[in-house]
Amino acid sequence: MTLSPLPTRPPEAVAAAAKQNTGPARRRRPRPGFIREQLSGWGMITPAAVLLLLFVFLPAILGFGLAFTNARLVSPRPVEFVGTDNFARLFTDPTFWRALLNVTYFAVVVVPVQSALALAMALLINKKFRGVNFFRTIYFLPVVTSMVVVSLLWMFMYRREGLINELLSTFSFGLIQGADWLNDPATAMPAIIALSIWQAAGFHMIIWLAGLQSISGELYEAAQLDGASRWHQFRYVTWPGLKHTRSLVLVTITIQALGLFDQVSVMTQGGPLDSTTTIIYEAVRSGFKQQETSYASAISLVFFVLVLLVSAVQRYLTREKD
Amino acid sequence: MSTKFTKILATSIAAAALTATLAGCGKGSSSSTTEGPKEITMWTHAAGNPAELAATQSIVDSYNKSSGAKAQIKVQAFPQESYNDSVVGAASAGNLPCIVDIDGPNVPNWAWAQYLTPLKLSADLSKNLPSTVAKWQGETYAVGYGDVALSMFARKSDLAAAGVRVATIEKPWTKDEFQDALTKLKALGKWDYPLDMGTAGTGEWLPYAYSPFLQSFGGDLIDRKDYQSADGSLNGDKAVEWAKWFRGLADQGFMATKSGKDSTQDFLNNKSGLLYTGSWAGDKTREALGDDLAVMPTVDLGKGPKIGGASWQWGVTSGCNNTDAAMDYLSYSLKPENVASVIKATGGIPATDEAAALIPAFAEGGANRVFMEFSRNYAVMRPETPAYPFIATEFGKATQDILAGADPQGALDKATKAIDANIKSNGGYQK
Repeated sequence: MTLSPLPTRPPEAVAAAAKQNTGPARRRRPRPGFIREQLSGWGMITPAAVLLLLFVFLPAILGFGLAFTNARLVSPRPVEFVGTDNFARLFTDPTFWRALLNVTYFAVVVVPVQSALALAMALLINKKFRGVNFFRTIYFLPVVTSMVVVSLLWMFMYRREGLINELLSTFSFGLIQGADWLNDPATAMPAIIALSIWQAAGFHMIIWLAGLQSISGELYEAAQLDGASRWHQFRYVTWPGLKHTRSLVLVTITIQALGLFDQVSVMTQGGPLDSTTTIIYEAVRSGFKQQETSYASAISLVFFVLVLLVSAVQRYLTREKD
Repeated sequence: MSTKFTKILATSIAAAALTATLAGCGKGSSSSTTEGPKEITMWTHAAGNPAELAATQSIVDSYNKSSGAKAQIKVQAFPQESYNDSVVGAASAGNLPCIVDIDGPNVPNWAWAQYLTPLKLSADLSKNLPSTVAKWQGETYAVGYGDVALSMFARKSDLAAAGVRVATIEKPWTKDEFQDALTKLKALGKWDYPLDMGTAGTGEWLPYAYSPFLQSFGGDLIDRKDYQSADGSLNGDKAVEWAKWFRGLADQGFMATKSGKDSTQDFLNNKSGLLYTGSWAGDKTREALGDDLAVMPTVDLGKGPKIGGASWQWGVTSGCNNTDAAMDYLSYSLKPENVASVIKATGGIPATDEAAALIPAFAEGGANRVFMEFSRNYAVMRPETPAYPFIATEFGKATQDILAGADPQGALDKATKAIDANIKSNGGYQK
């Protein structure tokens, strides 16, 4: 070590001394405008930070704590620490495992189908032609409609005498008699999946579109000069260019899929036979309808860990490899 | 540069201040419930029902103007869907108003939670319909102006065509007669399903509408001896028999496992022959069908016809700083003419004979008198225990599962187990 001819960095003690030397000097003569920038930076963070602390971090911490007690929504009894009782109960509850299974099923179907559909839509409207804004609006329309309203409308369509069954029967000349979609354990979840994909595809289309427009047009020109086909252009220019957008879309769709609630609450209330119940739905049911705040907190905590895991895995898989 | 900076700073401070103010609102600074001894607040769930709200308001107005008024009452109305949440939220913030209205079966839960204080009224409640007085552990916590009653509606012409007799209070349909009636009605081929039990209903409708059948079979939601266990009551032989019968109605094609959203309208549109619903549908169906309408008691499945008791009622909160005035107002509001005016607006069954005498439809010989008889003869209170909200959700889910094809014994066992565990974890819900 002592023989090292070209020390690339000063030994640590020297570095520390150097820092001490420059430190006070900097404090004495700050870069012009430095304090001002610092102040305005903190000023701009404050409102968001306060809101986050108050409505996200504080409830989250309280929720974690409550999961280990026997707190209830309505009760004259003092709150007691009960350890992991709630979790023991949760992991022996078949409804919870069913909810987990349902959410997994939902995510496994929705994530690939919805992102592919959204990408296809984005590719279709990423052109310059008359009326492109009209189509962009049309595809985006379901997103701005409240999920509750969408669910209510689709509920009518899914009924036994509803629009979907009428169409099926008309176009098959009476050969196909549709199911009672939301009231049959076999079709209830697929029905909710179809609706969810339709509703949120527009949102992810916009994200894809932003990604598509960030790809330089010169790359396509070069590809065309090289005689690349449309497929090759997509395969070798578009797809690699969408790398970051891809991971963003994947993570957001997965987390949204895990948090499935509105549709279930409006359309099926978890039924029939628990075929559509979800983790969040179970948490809301326990916490508000059954007044078991602590049990609902335990469910939420498990949900939190699950989301954390999934996004960590996705971050790892889609990480920068270079 | 410097003005820009000042602007940014000012905006940030304003935003932070606003946030702090918003947050502060939760801390009991809300003016809506600050009440001096001379003014007390009353909450009602009737915001979605202008007629009922107006009737309540006019009682309050007349009390406020009366010489004996001990305080000025201020009415605050909430939509029914968010009412319970508002009360629970206000209670945890220590912000409850003096007078609240409560859905009858929730009274023991709120009494146990010490939201409510026992009533000490000058009005005499002994002549009230029993289901309009809510008691828990020997004390009265709430009183209602009226009740509603479940019943069966049909067209007399349909029954005659099928050769089915009209059921009466003296002679309700038995289980076999009901089966026979449904078979004959179905044979008419007039409807997809001859019976509409409102199976699309959710929430409190499920225990309210279907636990009376369970009770008529001889089962119950809980053992009412000491309200400590549902074992044997909710999952015993009688309960399983009920579940199989109920599911059987769907299996035989008598009713849909999920009916339409508005079963009264479906009945009037001739989509069903027999409608099982509450007395609130009485006026509407009578208006549409006139003399052809048959209002019948529900079925006797062994232990006589049963219907759920208790509707919305009034109580006084334990944190009220002018209990005297609150009790005084409630006593005043229970005068027959006041009860009659609210009942006219809500379409319920008046709580007393004196009030009934003031409403032609409920007076002796009136068209709706029959509902009062149903209530007097058949009403069973939903179990008067703080566990009821929990029992209701478990029973509702079990019923839906059974309709969807779950094994009756399994579904009922699961509900029983959950209910017993809940009671145990709350120390038996003792006072």
